[in-house]
Amino acid sequence: MDNVLLSRMLFGTSMAFHIIFATLTVGISLMIFFSEIMRVIRKDNDYAVLAKRLTKGLAILLGVAIPTGTIVAVMLSLLWPGFMEVVGQVIALPFQIEIFAFFLESLFLAIYVYAADRLATTMRIVSSFFIAFGAVASAVLITSAHSWMNTPQGFDVVNGEITNVDPLAAALSTSFWSTSLHVVSTAYMTGAFVLVAVAAFKLFKPSLTKRERNYHHKGLILTLVFAFLMSLWTGLTGHDTTVMLYEEIPIKLAAAEGLFETQSNAPLTLFGVPSPEANEVIGGLEIPGMLSWLATYSTDAVIQGLNDFPQENWPPLIVHTLFNVMVFIGGGLIGISGIGLLYWFIKRKQEDFRFPKWLLAAFVASGPLAMIGIETGWIFSCTGRQPWTIFDVQRTADAATTSGNLGIIFFLFAVLYAVLLVITSLVLYFYFKRNPLSQDMSSLGS
Amino acid sequence: MEPVYLAILLIWVLLFIYAVAGSIDFGTGFWAMYYERRNNTQASTIANNFLSPAWKVTNVFLVLLVVAFVALFPGAAPTLGTLMIVPFCLVLLLLTIRSAFMVYAFSTEKYSRLLTLVSGICGLIIPAILISILPAAIGGFVTIADDRQYILVDQLFLSPAFYTHIGFGLMTELFISSLFMTDYAKEAGDFETARTYRKNALLLGPLTLVFAIAAIFTLIPEASWMFANFLDLWGWYTLSLFAFAAGYSALWWPSKYKELGQPRVALLLIIVQFGLASLAYGMAHLPYLLYPDVTIYDAFTNETMFRYLLIGFIVGLAVLIPVFIWFWRLFFKDKAYLQGDGHDY
Ligand code: HDD
Ligand code: HEM
Ligand code: HEM
Repeated sequence: MDNVLLSRMLFGTSMAFHIIFATLTVGISLMIFFSEIMRVIRKDNDYAVLAKRLTKGLAILLGVAIPTGTIVAVMLSLLWPGFMEVVGQVIALPFQIEIFAFFLESLFLAIYVYAADRLATTMRIVSSFFIAFGAVASAVLITSAHSWMNTPQGFDVVNGEITNVDPLAAALSTSFWSTSLHVVSTAYMTGAFVLVAVAAFKLFKPSLTKRERNYHHKGLILTLVFAFLMSLWTGLTGHDTTVMLYEEIPIKLAAAEGLFETQSNAPLTLFGVPSPEANEVIGGLEIPGMLSWLATYSTDAVIQGLNDFPQENWPPLIVHTLFNVMVFIGGGLIGISGIGLLYWFIKRKQEDFRFPKWLLAAFVASGPLAMIGIETGWIFSCTGRQPWTIFDVQRTADAATTSGNLGIIFFLFAVLYAVLLVITSLVLYFYFKRNPLSQDMSSLGS
Repeated sequence: MEPVYLAILLIWVLLFIYAVAGSIDFGTGFWAMYYERRNNTQASTIANNFLSPAWKVTNVFLVLLVVAFVALFPGAAPTLGTLMIVPFCLVLLLLTIRSAFMVYAFSTEKYSRLLTLVSGICGLIIPAILISILPAAIGGFVTIADDRQYILVDQLFLSPAFYTHIGFGLMTELFISSLFMTDYAKEAGDFETARTYRKNALLLGPLTLVFAIAAIFTLIPEASWMFANFLDLWGWYTLSLFAFAAGYSALWWPSKYKELGQPRVALLLIIVQFGLASLAYGMAHLPYLLYPDVTIYDAFTNETMFRYLLIGFIVGLAVLIPVFIWFWRLFFKDKAYLQGDGHDY
């Protein structure tokens, strides 16, 4: 295998692993902040229990998020030196500011966790706010770099030299707003759905005491409401991002939709396999006119197809599937959380209200589904940019390292990630098993 | 000052901060493991009291160093990244195992001894590998074939400079962290533990010095250009030796507490010594980032970006310094925290 392919595999795997933990820390830190506020408003100690248990989970997840983040940051320079040469001259600013967000998050997390008993209530809330703020700020700042790779701005290339650098224009490139709002909404929705899944999983157990059932039920409703709102917002931001693709990166939209011929009244094709030989998607379900309408609110709009572009610039057509999976999950999760809330709203007055098994099962599935949405979304976005690293400016092949030994390095990191995934799950599982809810409830006097 | 010199000075400052903070962090992790094994619970608990809130913050300094380096000297990325990919990846692997296992150990009782053993040992090795990169960065071990550069690994492994640098890395890490723990335990009012760590520091101080001098002299065959620069900078090295002597002797200076000396003064002076010596090392290295191909002038970013980065730094620090002070007061000054144990996060 050649260097470029190995670099892509190694970097993609590392990012895909980092993003699991990074997304969860963004979502969970917001939930901790909410719990701290609810605790004061409602004067209900269950929220103190919730905050404490979430914080423990956060601390364990960060034990992996931070070193894997360090891995991807260093690997960026090791594997994509050609890319980093441009980054250093044009888009270094968000990377640098992101570091300060990391400082905020780590300092306040330490303060919140290890000094909680010595802090006044206000300072505790302030600390939990800055943890959540630091986390979401790092997500937005890294997305600034990522969106610049899609819509590079703020510099000119003259005879291969970079000139006229405007770091602010680069950091706030055209796709920055739509993309970063989409990233934030999806991170929040994923954090919420994962917590929904955990609470629903607990509610399956027949042996719960009334207190415990109450606690999990309260947690489930709280996170479900939030998850529903966030998934609606995700639909909106996802739509904005699609419109952005239509305007800025039509070739990516064409690949995402499997559209070969440029046409007005372009159809939206669900699933199927795009085939360049057949010049169409095989086995897909077509909704006539829908794509044109989604991009512009008018079926007249002309959407450019892949055939308009030289084939050497096409991204791998697998992105059609990735994109479909993401969008389907988005729709599915709006459905699950919407139906769940409706059911609860209608029946909530019932004595000893319980969700039926099938709804609980759907809730349990929602967490992993959201995570799959994040993974497919990111891989779609990065793979859909191929063969460019910086769209229309730098080819991936020109960004990659020429160094040897990548095969063995890839193997070592893959093993490391597999081991960490297993151990982290075990540690989380056994920690919460050894420190059951009842214990935290009695020790916090709720 | 010319921007490019300001930039390299900034990098040196960050490198220096991380070298000290990283030494303390990894060294303390090693001591926590070492004393847990010897059932000296107090010495291990105090080490963990420092580690659990501090390791994340130390890690951010590493990331800051890498990001600032690539941002300010992007032209060095291709050569340095290609040459150093193996050692850097090794460090990344160890660092990940170290941090993750440390957090796991805080969260489980059953396997905590095993997890701490692994994380302690990984942490011990990391600074040694990082420092062993230095001899490779001064040339001598690099060759070019088919337009690619390679490190001559076999020659590096045969070179005494490689081993003196590794030894120097290990000794510095253990020495500085012992000094730090002496002071930290004293602040916690645990004089027994402070004495334990002071004993380590007494043994490790001279060893560090010996390795430092050996590291410089073993460089002569590989990098005579750099050695020639060292000779011009003899004043810095003399000062640094004085600082070492004063710092080491501070462990016997009169103090209220029997047999402890002044560990805080000792720590600060040794850090000064470390600063002086590394600044001299850095100056001798200039203008090369990687001898003989990459100089700071070729690698430097454009001036617009430099200005923005500098503003970013200043604003960022202004925001963060109050938080750092608060952090310090909560974890380094507060008796209740210092003496507590069983921080179960
Ligand atoms: C839970 C995860 C999740 C869900 C349900 C959705 N997305 Fe998404 N999407 C992401 C998670 C995500 C992401 C991981 O956050 C991405 C990857 C890169 C990025 O900027 O955001 C993304 C990227 C992304 C892009 C590509 C941006 C680019 O390449 O620059 C588009 C066009 C959409 N999304 C559109 C949608 C639509 C129309 C959805 C329908 C509801 C949708 N997404 C649901
Ligand atoms: C959009 C995807 C990403 C999100 C949402 C995200 C978010 C996060 C979060 C929340 C953390 C924990 C921060 C802390 O507590 O310090 C983290 C750690 C980190 N991330 Fe990511 N990240 C993403 C992608 C990246 C990329 C592409 C890089 C590399 C350039 C990166 C570099 C890092 C680093 C270096 C750390 C460790 C910081 C530390 O030492 O504390 N991240 N990330
Ligand atoms: C966090 C979730 C992310 C995931 C799962 C992810 C995934 C991937 C994958 C799979 C590749 C290989 C693409 C291919 O060759 O098909 C890749 C490449 C890359 N990604 Fe991402 N990515 C993520 C976020 C980011 C962000 C935030 C940045 C920007 C800083 C980024 C920068 C890159 C670069 C520089 C490459 C290599 C060059 C290239 O292949 O174009 N990635 N990523």
